[in-house]
Amino acid sequence: MLRYLLTRIAGLVPLLIGVTFVSFLVINLAPGSPVELMTDLNPKAGPEVQQRLEKEYGLDKPLPVQYWIWVSKLARGDFGRSFQQDRRPVLDKIKEALPVTLALNVMSLAIVLCVAIPIGVYSATHQYSLGDRATTVFVFVGFAMPSFWFALLCILFFSVHLGWLPISGLRSFDHNALSDVGRVLDIAKHLILPVCISGFTSLAAMSRYMRSSMLEVIRQDYINTARAKGLDERTVTFRHALRNALLPIITLLGLSIPGLIGGSVIMESIFAIPGMGRLFFQSILARDYPLIMGVLVMSSMLTLIGNLAADLMYAVADPRLRKR
Amino acid sequence: MALLVVRNLRTVFDTSEGPAVAVDSVNFTIDRGETLGIVGESGCGKSVTALSIMRLVQTPPGRIAGGTIEFEGRDVLELSEPDMRALRGNDIAMIFQEPMTSLNPVLTVGYQIAEAVQLHRGVGNNEAWDAAVEMLRLVEIPEPGERAGNFPHQLSGGMRQRVMIAIALSCDPKLLIADEPTTALDVTIEAQILDLLGSLRDRLGMAIMLITHDLGVVAQQAERVAVMYAGRIVEEGKVADVFGDPIHPYTKGLLGSLPRIGGPRRLATIPGIVPRLTELPSGCNFRTRCTELIDDCSGIEPELEDYGSGREAACIVARRTRTRGGA
Amino acid sequence: MNGWQRALKNRVTVVGGVVVAILFAVAVFAPWLAPFDPSDIDASTILVGPSAEHWLGTDSLGRDVLSRMIFGARVSLLVGFVSVGIACAIGVPLGAVAGYFGGVVDTVVMRFVDLMLCFPSFFLILAVIAVLEQSIWNIMIVIGATSWMGVCRLVRAEFLSLREREFMVAARGLGQSPAKIIFRHGLPNAMAPVFVAFILGVASAILTESGLSFLGIGVPPPDPSWGNILTEGKATIEVAWWMSVYPGMAILVTVLGYNLLGEGLRDTLDPRLRQER
Ligand SMILES: Nc1ncnc2c1ncn2[C@@H]1O[C@H](COP(=O)(O)OP(=O)(O)O)[C@@H](O)[C@H]1O
Ligand SMILES: [Mg+2]
Repeated sequence: MLRYLLTRIAGLVPLLIGVTFVSFLVINLAPGSPVELMTDLNPKAGPEVQQRLEKEYGLDKPLPVQYWIWVSKLARGDFGRSFQQDRRPVLDKIKEALPVTLALNVMSLAIVLCVAIPIGVYSATHQYSLGDRATTVFVFVGFAMPSFWFALLCILFFSVHLGWLPISGLRSFDHNALSDVGRVLDIAKHLILPVCISGFTSLAAMSRYMRSSMLEVIRQDYINTARAKGLDERTVTFRHALRNALLPIITLLGLSIPGLIGGSVIMESIFAIPGMGRLFFQSILARDYPLIMGVLVMSSMLTLIGNLAADLMYAVADPRLRKR
Repeated sequence: MALLVVRNLRTVFDTSEGPAVAVDSVNFTIDRGETLGIVGESGCGKSVTALSIMRLVQTPPGRIAGGTIEFEGRDVLELSEPDMRALRGNDIAMIFQEPMTSLNPVLTVGYQIAEAVQLHRGVGNNEAWDAAVEMLRLVEIPEPGERAGNFPHQLSGGMRQRVMIAIALSCDPKLLIADEPTTALDVTIEAQILDLLGSLRDRLGMAIMLITHDLGVVAQQAERVAVMYAGRIVEEGKVADVFGDPIHPYTKGLLGSLPRIGGPRRLATIPGIVPRLTELPSGCNFRTRCTELIDDCSGIEPELEDYGSGREAACIVARRTRTRGGA
Repeated sequence: MNGWQRALKNRVTVVGGVVVAILFAVAVFAPWLAPFDPSDIDASTILVGPSAEHWLGTDSLGRDVLSRMIFGARVSLLVGFVSVGIACAIGVPLGAVAGYFGGVVDTVVMRFVDLMLCFPSFFLILAVIAVLEQSIWNIMIVIGATSWMGVCRLVRAEFLSLREREFMVAARGLGQSPAKIIFRHGLPNAMAPVFVAFILGVASAILTESGLSFLGIGVPPPDPSWGNILTEGKATIEVAWWMSVYPGMAILVTVLGYNLLGEGLRDTLDPRLRQER
């Protein structure tokens, strides 16, 4: 197991190098120098500031050298400083934003799993029933629904029309004046819409996947063996079929990470949530190159870690892989 | 009284090309402790017959469209689902063709045996586990205590089939349905498994419905044999009688394709293939491949007729050429 | 029964096909269908709700929302087809070459695919857009350049199995050049799944474009796109619900149409996947 883990981690190294390379390349597609842009945005910066910056970022050197400088800094955990007014270290900004996005996505994934697994199991065990057909329709609509539009509709209904939930943000204006319980409730209220909506698309995908995974398992021979023992349908479904059907879901969870992180841009922008997505979006608008590169590298590392974690979980959950 | 009496069983699959009658007016009986062989080419409805008895035909697309299945005098088709479950695995057990896929990959083999014991004997976890280990010993698996904790992928095909037998026999069934139990195994392993089944039958006294397409297996293991073709039983009788003097042209064809020491060098084969169930010919199902065809075969659906001493066959040609009871 | 007849018997395909056909017609005949000029600013009709004159209301510049949506259909059609066309132009040859040659070539291409899949594609798109000028052409290029991996894998898998088939082996035996074998003999046989992937790709490209436009970094504002109408809808959500509701509905129906068409075609064209799903 340990060996497996080590080989897998070793396999990630070339990918990580590739990730930094692509991120670097993307940014250097830019026609002008990033410093020009930065000084453009900041009228106070004179030519000497520009020169200092060029030195700091090594922009006067050829591209391969620049890449080397940047990567060796990265390797030491130095992501550089933001181009924006505050000039704060990129890593600090990411450290603030990351937990918010992670928490949001973990919560919505938890909800998705709690809903999608029962839906998928039901549809598969009641194939072609009314409920199954309704699920199929729901899934198709879910796939086609633009998440930001769904968010707008929900805001329109729950916040504007009914006035039950706040439109955006994580805290009310009077948050600090509230009691402890009140504060928790306040944040919870702000989280309901973003959490539910960002899970919506995954919900459709996950229920569909769960359904076909379950259908696949149900027609396996060992399910007939279980029935031939005289087990009731519940036991057959939950003890014999579900366990097997859940295995591919683990992989899907790993694969859905980039989508979730990518989707956080829109969700966090709509609901004004200070997470990675909004941080990235702001860095885009500000052409804050160090931050853009930092977030790109960080998000793809998250993806890699997520896939690795999923593979490990699979290896633990599937006895056929456990002993390797 | 016979243990199992199947009368006019008819099982239909509703396919996109229309209803496919996989089992058509099938009649047979199995006595206590008796082994009945069921033979026929693949696709002729053997497995569906077995699954119908267990009431495990997948619905939809399949359904049991008619007939009765009496087990110890009770019609299995009339039982409530809970009563049926009490019967499955307890009174009637089944083992399947593919040992590689018939065991649940994520559960230990011990668990999979113990589960059946616990269900039908109502015993506690430890007792059920001990019984599982005992069953593994009975099916001659070495180091049963350790093997019980293994997952199926850690066992060879022959071992897995032994585990399947252990599951099936764990509750002392009165009837064991073995659906091609050795088809997927090597010849040497096949012999071991068949020997094991034979000795366990003698020891435990259960009846066996042994499905196979291997006539040799039937000759060695069964007392009586029923020959199936395209969903129907075309001939039935004592093994020695049927193999010694086959009545139906299909049975003759099957026997002719069997290699025999000192027999003809070239094996006779049955020409053609089994027709699709949705495109069965009129009259006799076998007439598209029959070598003894007469005009009437396309008009008359042959019924099973008595030829004395438990022999039955469904062929109008044989009917005319043989005298009743003259086998 | 030939492929077309089978496709027409599939209700899902037909429904999807009809939706897509209608959208095509709307895009082509937009100038004749739209009741108003989509960029006609009218100070007297600012943020007027749906009425007999403006069926779907007007926006904050007094422009007719329905007319803007009708012209928006052109944008989504253009973005959908061009960006997926770009994705296929990258993915199909790469996949074909990887699958046909195998070995080192295959390893290199597939590692590159893995690498591209490490990035949340939306992040990558945003990053590229950040350094390029904002225009509909750049959007299409970027979407295409970040979404070719799926079709690449698909074509590679097809070629891996095609490689050993008799006609390919025969063509090799005749000494034909690899390029000729790939394009003459291989690709035509891999077309069915690529076609399905193309249709489904159009759906997701339209979703991506609308998301980008909604964020204000997609199709630049005076040109109407369903996504950028929704941006304005968000800004005026408390007073003008119609701008938030109708354009989204258009996106939903369009994407649904392409998805249905794609799934339906997959069922009829790809016998391996025809069973359950
Ligand atoms: N799930 C099913 N759907 C449709 N047809 C089926 C199904 N299962 C079995 N059949 C049909 O029933 C016939 C008999 O099958 P089976 O009993 O498995 O044959 P065998 O004698 O080889 O065991 C076959 O022709 C097959 O086409
Ligand atoms: Mg069979």
